[in-house]
Amino acid sequence: MLSDHILTLTIFLPVLGVAALFFVGKGNNQLIKIVGLLTTVLTFAISLFLFFRFDTAATANFQFKEYAVWIAGLNIGYYVGIDGISLLLIMLTTFLTPLALLGTWNSVHHRIREYTMMILLLEVGMVGVFAALDLFLFYIFWEAMLIPMYFIIGIWGGPERVYAAVKFILFTLFGSLLMLVAILALGYYASTIPGGYFTTNLVQLYNVGPRMALSLQTWMFLAFALSFAIKVPLFPLHTWLPDAHVQAPTAGSVLLAGVLLKMGTYGFIRFCLPLFPHAAFKFVPLLGILAVVGIIYGALVAMVQTDLKKLVAYSSVSHLGFVVLGIFSMTEEGMQGAVLQMVNHGLSTGALFLIVGMIYERAHTRAIADFGGVVKVMPVFSVFFMIVSLSSIGLPGLNGFVGEFLILLGAFKSTFFASTAYAVFAASGVILAAVYMLWAYQRIIFGKIREGGLYGGHALSDVNRREVLTLGAIVVFIVWIGVYPGTFLSKSAPAVKQLVQGLEFVRHGGQVRTTDAQIPISR
Amino acid sequence: MISVAMGITFSDITSSAPLVSLVLFSLLTLFVESLGKDKPVLSYWVSLLGVAVSLVLSFGHLGTGTPVFGGMLLQGGFAGYCNIVFLTSALLTILLSRGYLERMESHRGEFYILILFSTTGMMLMAGALNLITVFLGIELMSVSLYVLAGFMRKKVRSNESALKYFLLGAFATGFLLYGIALIYGTSGTTDLVAIRRLFPQLSHNPIFLVGCGMLVVAFSFKIAAVPFHMWAPDVYEGAPTTVSGFMSTGAKAAAFATFLLVFVRVFDIAGSSLSQVIAVIAAASMIVGNITAVAQNNIKRMLEYSSIAHAGYMLSGIAAANVEGETGILFYLLAYTFVNVGAFGIVSMMERQDDKNLSFDDYAGLSARRPMLALLMSIFMFSLAGIPPFAGFFGKYYVFLAAVKANMTWLAILGVLTSLVSVYYYLRLVVLMYFREGDADLEKPAPLESMIALAVAAAFIVVLGLYPSLMVV
Repeated sequence: MLSDHILTLTIFLPVLGVAALFFVGKGNNQLIKIVGLLTTVLTFAISLFLFFRFDTAATANFQFKEYAVWIAGLNIGYYVGIDGISLLLIMLTTFLTPLALLGTWNSVHHRIREYTMMILLLEVGMVGVFAALDLFLFYIFWEAMLIPMYFIIGIWGGPERVYAAVKFILFTLFGSLLMLVAILALGYYASTIPGGYFTTNLVQLYNVGPRMALSLQTWMFLAFALSFAIKVPLFPLHTWLPDAHVQAPTAGSVLLAGVLLKMGTYGFIRFCLPLFPHAAFKFVPLLGILAVVGIIYGALVAMVQTDLKKLVAYSSVSHLGFVVLGIFSMTEEGMQGAVLQMVNHGLSTGALFLIVGMIYERAHTRAIADFGGVVKVMPVFSVFFMIVSLSSIGLPGLNGFVGEFLILLGAFKSTFFASTAYAVFAASGVILAAVYMLWAYQRIIFGKIREGGLYGGHALSDVNRREVLTLGAIVVFIVWIGVYPGTFLSKSAPAVKQLVQGLEFVRHGGQVRTTDAQIPISR
Repeated sequence: MISVAMGITFSDITSSAPLVSLVLFSLLTLFVESLGKDKPVLSYWVSLLGVAVSLVLSFGHLGTGTPVFGGMLLQGGFAGYCNIVFLTSALLTILLSRGYLERMESHRGEFYILILFSTTGMMLMAGALNLITVFLGIELMSVSLYVLAGFMRKKVRSNESALKYFLLGAFATGFLLYGIALIYGTSGTTDLVAIRRLFPQLSHNPIFLVGCGMLVVAFSFKIAAVPFHMWAPDVYEGAPTTVSGFMSTGAKAAAFATFLLVFVRVFDIAGSSLSQVIAVIAAASMIVGNITAVAQNNIKRMLEYSSIAHAGYMLSGIAAANVEGETGILFYLLAYTFVNVGAFGIVSMMERQDDKNLSFDDYAGLSARRPMLALLMSIFMFSLAGIPPFAGFFGKYYVFLAAVKANMTWLAILGVLTSLVSVYYYLRLVVLMYFREGDADLEKPAPLESMIALAVAAAFIVVLGLYPSLMVV
C-alpha cells in the first residue's frame, strides 16, 4: 500500500524529478524549472499527509515507521520514522525547497538543468537525515547531502566560491568522520553486552548507549557533538559558515541556513542527549557557555558587517546559539523553544536570504552603504523586509518571539545551568539583534534616495508577483506561529516531553528503556 | 584434512574451470597472435572472450571451496570471489586499452596475451593451498607485469619503469623465497593446511616467525605498503596508463588475496605481535600515502600515492584479522577495482603522446566539453574519497568496523583522519573539472567500448554503494 510508505515517498520523490530531468532537453530552461518546482511542490503536498495524519496522542516513539532489511550481515536496516520534532523539520524542508526554487527563478543563468537536479538531490538528503532511524542510514544521508551542496556552492556561487566550497566540505567532513568511528564503536559496544549483537538501529541503541561507562560515553559524545557543533555551527567552529553562506547562490544560502544548520541542532536532540545522557550532563556548562558566546559574538560581528549577506550569515551564528542553549537547558520549555526556533530561523533567515538575493539581482551589489531610501522605489519589498526583520529580532506577535521566549524561560528554569547568568547574557543577544537588524534596515530602506534612483548604476523595480508569492507564503507562517504557535508546538510536545522525562529519569539513576518490538532482528 | 591424491582427475578440471579456461584462452591468444602478426585486433577479441568466459564460469564457483590438483589449489568460495575481482579488472583494462594503445602507436597483440597470463597468475595466488603455488602465481603475475610496464618500448620512462619494477620485484621475490624456506625448515612442509595444524606450536618458534616476517615484507612490497612502496610511483608513472590501472587493482588484489589467505585464513594472527606489525604498516601507509598525494601534480602519481593509502586502509582489515576484516577487504577490493581501473581509464583517454596532458591543470573545465567524462571521473573521485553513497564508503566502513572490533580503534580514527586529507586532493580534480574555466578536452572521442566500460564501472560503484548485500554475504 502506498499509504504505508508516505515517508519513503516524501524522501525519494525528488529522485523521480531528477530522473525526469534527464529526459528534458538541455536548452529547455523553462520546462526544467517547471519540472523542478512541480516536484518540490508535490513533495510538499505529500508531506502534508504526514503533518495531518500525525497522531499527537500516540505513545510510540516514532510514527510512519518503515523497516526493510538492507545489509543483513551487519544488522543494518532501511529504518525510517518520525516523531514530532522530525516532523516539523521535514515540513520546514519540504516547504522551503520549492520557495527557494521559486524565489530564485531567474537568478541562475547557466547549467540550469544540473542546478535543479542538485537542489532536488539536496532535498532527498535533507529529508532523509530527519527521517532516518538507523545510524548507518542517517550517516549516508548526512554525508551524501554534502555532494550537491558542494556543487551548488562551487559551480553557481560567487567569486570566492571554490574556496568556500572546499572549506565547507572539509570542515563538515572532519566532524562527521569522527562521528563515523563513534557509530562503529557504539554498534560494537552493543555486541559486547550479553545477548547483544552489532547494530546501528537507533531505537535499540537508545537502550544501549546510557548503559556505557561515563568515560566511553564521553568519547562518543564528543565525537558526535563535534560533528553537530560544526554543522550548527557553534562558536568557535563557525568559520566555514560566513564563507559558504556568502558565496553560495541564493537558493543555496536559503537551504543552507534554513535547513542544513538545523541538522546539527537536530543531531544534538536525536542522538547526543538520549544516547549519551551522562556525558551530556557533564558537558552542559561547556556547551551552554559556547552557545551564549556564540549568541553575543555572532550579533556583535553581524553589527559591523558592510555586506548585507554577511550580516545575515553572522546573525545565524547568533540565532543558532539560542537553539543550542534551549536544547542544553534540558527543560521542556527550553527544548520546545529550541525546536520551534529551528523552524522560525528557517523561515525568517530563509526569507532574509531571499530578500538579499532579490536586491542583489537588481542592484548587483550587497554593500549596505550602496543603498538608502529604497522604500521610495520598492515600497512592497520594504514591507516584507520589515516583517521578516522584526520576525528575526523576535518582536511579539511574530514567530521569533515565541521561540526565544521559551528558550529563555527554559534557561532560567533549568537546573542544569549553575546560574541564571546563561539566560541573562543570552537575553542581551535579543537586544543586539534589534540593533544590527534595524540599523541595517534603516540604512537600506530609509534615508535619502540615491541620485536618480540608481543603485550600483541600476534602477530598482519593486517585487513582482512571483516574489510576492514567495515571500508572502513565508510571512503567513511567520504570523501564524507568532499568533498561534500551538498548531506546531502541539506536534513536538509529546516527543520533547518524553525526551526530557527520560533525561530526568536517567539523571536520578534510572535505566532508560524504550522498546521497539516490531523490528525484526536478522541473524 | 586433505587427502593428497596424485594424478589429475576430471573433477580437478571441472572444479577449477575458470582457471583452466583462462589458461586455454591464454594459449589460444598466443596461437592467434603468432598467426596474424599485424592484426592485434584478433588477439583483442579472443582475449576479451577468454576473460568473459572465465568470468561467467567464476560466478558458478562461489560455493564451498574444494581442494584440487593434489591439494595444491583450493578452488571455489574465496578463490571464486577473488577471481571475479581479477577478471573484472582484466576485462575493463582490455576494453579501455585498445583505443589508448592505438593512439599511442603501441598496439600489439602481445599486450592482451600478457594481461591474460598475469591474470592467470593472480588466480593461482588466490587459490593457492601450498606456498609453492603462491610462489608460482606471484612470479607468473609479476613477470608478465614487468613486460607490460615496459610495453611502450620506445619510451624511456616506460623502460625505466619496467627495469625498476623488475629489479625491486626480484628483490622481493628473494624475501618471499627465503621466508618460504624458513617456514619449510621449521615445519617440514609447504602445505598450508599442514602448517595450519602445526601453527600453535610453531608460533613460538623464532625462526618460523622470521619466515613469516619475510612473507609480510614480500606481500607488503606487492601491495606497495609503506615502507616497501618506493618503487611504486615511478613504475606506475612510466607504465602505460591502463597497465597502471591494472597493476593497482588486479595485481594489488591478488597480493591482498594471498595476504589474507596466508595470514588470516591459515595462520590466524589475530591478537599476535604480527598483527601489531601489520597495523603499524597500515598506519604508515595511510599517513605517507595520503600526505604525499597532496603534493602531486601529475594525476598518475597522485593515483599511485592514493593507492598506497588505500592499501593502508585495507591492511587494517588484515591487522584486525577477523571475519569483518576479511569480508571488508574482499568488498573493498571489488569496489576499488571498479574505481581505479575507471579512473586510470579516463586518465589514459586524456593522455597525449609523450606523456602530455597528465597534470591536474589539464583537466580544467573538462565538464563543459565532456560532461559525461567529468561526471564519471567525479563519481570515481567521490568513491575514492569514501563519501557515501558510493561503494568506496562501504568498503571503508567495513574495514574500520573490523579494526574497532579488534580493539584497534586508533587505526580507525587514523583512517578517517587521513581520509579527510584525501578528500582534499580527490576533490581538487572535481574543482578543476567543474569550478574552473579551461579548455580541457579529449584529443579525439573515446571509443564506444571504453565509454561503456567506464559507465558500467560507475554503475557498479553506485549499485554496490547503495546495496552492498549484492556482494557481501
